[in-house]
Amino acid sequence: MLEEAYYQKADEIIEHYGKKAASLIPIMQDIQAEYRYLPGELLTYVAGQIGITEEKAYSVATFYENFSFEQKGKYVVKVCDGTACHVRKSVPILEAFQKELGLSAKKHTSDDMLFTVETVSCLGACGLAPTVMVNEDVHPKMTPEKVQALIQELRGDKK
Amino acid sequence: MINSREALIQTTEAAKATLASYGCRILVCSGTGCIASGSEAVYEEFRKLAKDDHNVVLEFKPHDEAEHDSEVVSDVKNALGVKKTGCQGVCELGPLVRIQKGDDVIQYIKVKPENCEEIFQRSVRQDDVIESLLYHQGEEAFRGPDDIPFIAKQTRIVLENCGKYDAESFDEYLAGGGFTALQKALFEMKPEEVVDEVDKSGLRGRGGGGFPAGRKWKQVARQPEKERFVVCNGDEGDPGAFMDGSVMEGDPYKLIEGMMIAGYACGAENGYIYVRAEYPMSVARLRKAIATLEEVGLLGDDILGTGYNFHMHINRGAGAFVCGEGSALTASIEGNRGMPRVKPPRTVEKGLWAKPTVLNNVETYANVPKIILQGSDWFRSIGTENSTGTKTFSLTGSIQNTGLIEVPMGTTLREIIFDIGGGLKDGGSFKAVQIGGPSGGCLTEQHLDEPLDFESVKKFGAIIGSGGLVVMDDNTCMVEVARFFMSFTQRESCGKCIPCREGTKRMLEILERIVNGDGELQDLDLLEELATMIKSMALCGLGKSAPLPVLSTLRTFRDEYVEHIVNHKCRAKVCAAMRTFHINPEFCKNCGKCMRSCPVGAITGNREVGYTINSKQCIRCGACKENCAFDAIYVEM
Repeated sequence: MLEEAYYQKADEIIEHYGKKAASLIPIMQDIQAEYRYLPGELLTYVAGQIGITEEKAYSVATFYENFSFEQKGKYVVKVCDGTACHVRKSVPILEAFQKELGLSAKKHTSDDMLFTVETVSCLGACGLAPTVMVNEDVHPKMTPEKVQALIQELRGDKK
Repeated sequence: MINSREALIQTTEAAKATLASYGCRILVCSGTGCIASGSEAVYEEFRKLAKDDHNVVLEFKPHDEAEHDSEVVSDVKNALGVKKTGCQGVCELGPLVRIQKGDDVIQYIKVKPENCEEIFQRSVRQDDVIESLLYHQGEEAFRGPDDIPFIAKQTRIVLENCGKYDAESFDEYLAGGGFTALQKALFEMKPEEVVDEVDKSGLRGRGGGGFPAGRKWKQVARQPEKERFVVCNGDEGDPGAFMDGSVMEGDPYKLIEGMMIAGYACGAENGYIYVRAEYPMSVARLRKAIATLEEVGLLGDDILGTGYNFHMHINRGAGAFVCGEGSALTASIEGNRGMPRVKPPRTVEKGLWAKPTVLNNVETYANVPKIILQGSDWFRSIGTENSTGTKTFSLTGSIQNTGLIEVPMGTTLREIIFDIGGGLKDGGSFKAVQIGGPSGGCLTEQHLDEPLDFESVKKFGAIIGSGGLVVMDDNTCMVEVARFFMSFTQRESCGKCIPCREGTKRMLEILERIVNGDGELQDLDLLEELATMIKSMALCGLGKSAPLPVLSTLRTFRDEYVEHIVNHKCRAKVCAAMRTFHINPEFCKNCGKCMRSCPVGAITGNREVGYTINSKQCIRCGACKENCAFDAIYVEM
C-alpha cells in the first residue's frame, strides 16, 4: 500500500487537469515528475478517478517510453545518441557511464538509487555534440574523460 | 487589459519607446545550446555588474519613472537592459553575447563569467571592442553578427527575432512588430482572405511532407462541422534537428500569433501545441507566453473586441517518435496510445476529437505572420517557383560551424556547407550529408550544386524533412549510419502494421550482420526487397520512409557494403568487427600479460620468442590492448 500522501498528491494533480480521459497523459507526467516513477497503484487510482478502465491506463502508460513503473535514480542521465552526437562518437560516452556506475544495457539504475542511465534520440543541442542531459541540465561536448568528473560532481552534490 | 485595436497600438508604442530608450542592451543567448555552455552564469554576472553600478538604470521603463531618481532617468543613455534572447545561431561558439547600442551591435563569442567585468567596463560603459572575444576566421576578426559570414549569408524570416529580443518578453515582441499581423488579419481581412493569402504565398508544410498549407486551411474552412481545431506539431523527433525547438524557445509569441491567425482563418477557437518531452525549455517559455497573453486579454474570449475567441493549450510528448505523425499526434492529445490510423478520413476532415483540424508544424506557423503582413507576393519573391520562402536547417556533424541557419529555398548544398558552414571540421574531406533524419537519405559530392527544394531533393531519393543536416566526412561509415537509422526506426516503430514492425526488425538484423562481418552478398538484394516492400505497404509516413536511409546509402555507397561483406574492411575504421589486433615488437617487453588477459586463448608465445595474436581466433574484444602497459598492441582496420 502506498502512503496516503501519494493519493493526496494525485488528487491535486487530477484536480488541476480535470477529470477527463484526455488528462491521463499530463497527470501521469506530473506524477512521474513528483516521484521519479509511476507507482502502479496510483495509476489504477487515477484511472478510476478520470473514468477510464485500468487496462486503458496501462496500455497508454506502457506505450510511451518516458513512463517507468520502476523507480529511477535521483539523477536521470540521458546520453544523447542522435545523429549528430552519434557521428561525433557518443557511444563511448554511454559506455563510460555504464562502466563507471556498474550498469549495462539491461541494468539502468545504480544500486544506491542515485543514477539512472538511458539513451535519448536527440536533445536539440546538436551544435554542441556529443551531449548528455542530467535531469534538465544539458552538458555539452562530452568526452569519456569528462564522465568521471561529472559523476563525482553529482555525487558530491548529494551531501 | 488590451481589449481593442487602439489599446494594442498604444501598448506597442509604449513598448517601442521603452526599447528605444535603452542606451545599451546586453543580449545573452539563452538557447538550449548556450545555456548548456553556461550562459545563465554569464547573464547573472552581467545583472550583478549592472546592479552594482549606480550610474546605470537597470531595466528602464518609462512608465515607472517615479521610482527612479529623476536626474538619472532624464539621461536615457544610462538605461541598460540585460536580456535573455533566443538562439543567436553559432551554437558551438557559445555562450554568445551581443552588446547593442542603437544600431551598433558587437557580437562576442565564448564569453565566460570572468570576461563580463571587462566587457562591462570597456564595451558597455565605454565604446571599446575587445578583440579577443570576437569571432575570428584566420587573422580576420568580425565585429557585428551581420559581419560574420555564417550569419551574413543567411536570410532570416522565421528566425528574425531570435537573438535580437528578450525571448520571454511580450513587450519586446510587440516593439519588434509583433501582433501587427494579427491586427491586420482581424480588422482588415475576412477569414477567407487570410486563407487565400496563405494559399497564394505557396507556403508548404515545413515538417517533412511539404503539403501546401493554404490548401490544408481551405479544406478545413469548408467543412460543414463548425467545431474545429488548430494543432501545432512541435514533436521535432528527428535526431539531429533542433530548428523548431529553437523557434519555440526563442520566439514563442510568433508561433502563437501564427496559430491565432490560423484559428481566425479556419474558424477554430482552440489551439494545441504538442511539444516533445526533451524540450523542457520550450514548454516553459510557451507556458509563460500563453499566461501573459491570457492576462492581457490577447488570448481568451472576444479578442481585441472583435468577437473572435481563441484558447491555447500545451501538451507534452512522452517519448514516442511516432507522435510526429499527424493522426498519432492527435491520438496522443486525446489521451490514447500514439498510433497512426488508416486514412482517409484525413486530419482536415476528422482530426483531433474527430473534428476538422489544421495541423502544421512550428516553422510553418511561424512563417504566417510575415506573410499576412508583407503579402504573398513578397513571400513568393524568396525561394523557388514551387518551394517559396526560406527553410531553417540545423547544421551539425563534422562541420566547422555548427548551428541554426535559415536560407532561401533553392540554396545549394555547397553554399550551405562551405560558405555558411565554413567547410568540414579539422580539414576533413566531404563524404555525404544526411538530410531529413531517419526518413531521409544521403546527398553526396554530385549533389553539391543542386538547389535544395522540395522537388529536387525528392528526386535524389531523400526528403527535406524537417531540416536536419548532418555532415559526414571520411571517418563516417555509411553502412554503420544506415544501421544506426534502422535501429532508431525499429525501436520507434509503434507496432501497429506488420510491414513496419517486422520489416524494420529484419532489415536491422541484416544490417547488424553486415556490420559484424557476417554478411553475405545476397543480403544486399534482400535488403532492397524488404525496403521496397515496407516503402509501399507501411501504414503511415514514418513506416513508408523508414527504409529510405538504407536505399539511399545502398545506391550511393554500395561499394562500402560490398567491402564489408567481401573484404571484411571498413574504410572509415568504425566497425569494430573489422578490426585486427597486432603486437608491435618494438615496444613489446615480452611480459605475457596480453596472453593472460585474452579470454579466448588467441595469443600464443613465450618470453623467449615473443607473442603473436592469431586473428582467426581473436574475438576483437580489445582486452589485450587495454591491459598492455607498454602500448605495444595496435589496431588495423
